[in-house]
Amino acid sequence: MTWGLVLGLAAGAYAFKVLGLVIVGDRALPARLERCLALIPAALLAAIIAKDTLTIGHHLQIDARLVGVGAAIVAAWRKLPVIVVIVVGAGATALVRALGGG
Amino acid sequence: MRDERVRPVVTTSVTLGLAVGIFAVLFGVGSVAAGGSVAQTCAMSLLVFTGASQLSAVAVIAGGGSVGSALGGALVLAARNGVFGLTMSRRLTGRLPTRLLAAQLTIDETTAMATAQIDPALQRIAFWVTGVSLYIFWNLGTLAGALAGNAIEPERFGLDAAIPSAFVALLWPHLRTRNGRRAMLLGAVLCLATIPFMPVGVPVLVASLAILIALPHPRPGDVVDPIELPA
Repeated sequence: MTWGLVLGLAAGAYAFKVLGLVIVGDRALPARLERCLALIPAALLAAIIAKDTLTIGHHLQIDARLVGVGAAIVAAWRKLPVIVVIVVGAGATALVRALGGG
Repeated sequence: MRDERVRPVVTTSVTLGLAVGIFAVLFGVGSVAAGGSVAQTCAMSLLVFTGASQLSAVAVIAGGGSVGSALGGALVLAARNGVFGLTMSRRLTGRLPTRLLAAQLTIDETTAMATAQIDPALQRIAFWVTGVSLYIFWNLGTLAGALAGNAIEPERFGLDAAIPSAFVALLWPHLRTRNGRRAMLLGAVLCLATIPFMPVGVPVLVASLAILIALPHPRPGDVVDPIELPA
């Protein structure tokens, strides 16, 4: 760990953030690209959910998290508030582990 | 903006901040274990403020990798914030200083929270409240981890399932359209398919960007964006 790494990463990470938000900014983009950009959150969220639920490092792994996120999906489907969905997901996962699973 | 619509957004943002703060503790612990000082560890969270990049840099250093390879991997991960910035630029218009500040807060969670709202004003509130909440908790957690340096057990409380659960709730509004459901399937499948052989964090970027290639033909009448829905 060096200060060079800390500052280099800080500069690079901020540059990427600024590139998208400020450089391109509110300039009009082609309508087709705009419609595709609107779909990115759905793909991104699904990718993160899949990764955090079903993998450890580079391996697929089924464990208590699947039960928890499954419970969260039911809660979201029942249109419960986000906070409740989070508590249900974490709580179900903790419960399965307390009972000795996953 | 009426209070009853803002309150659940604030509650969710603070809860998400708390969950993310737990992972910041793990980052703090890991960074100090990898040879970072408390000052370096805290500077990383204050200045870099994008968790996946920070965790990946620390993981490479801890595994004996060079500073160059740690920086390279972390920057590949940071690139996805550029894509989020592009997505958010449709919603965060305003003066340059404001947007320069907003840029630092443009990460997975803030983009997800903002795009889950329908009303444009509520989208901006969700972005800023989530951003500030996460910034505070991420840095407090980092400091706590760097100072404590001992491992905690977030798994025992199911906290590792808290973030994907939050994202399930945030994903839901995007599934109202056929293209939203297609994007969801494509994102999940591509991410799982590439995880075994790509560097940690890159599959999420690949899955997000694949949308630009794989779904180029939304029909003109398709409602693909919550912002276009009648409120």
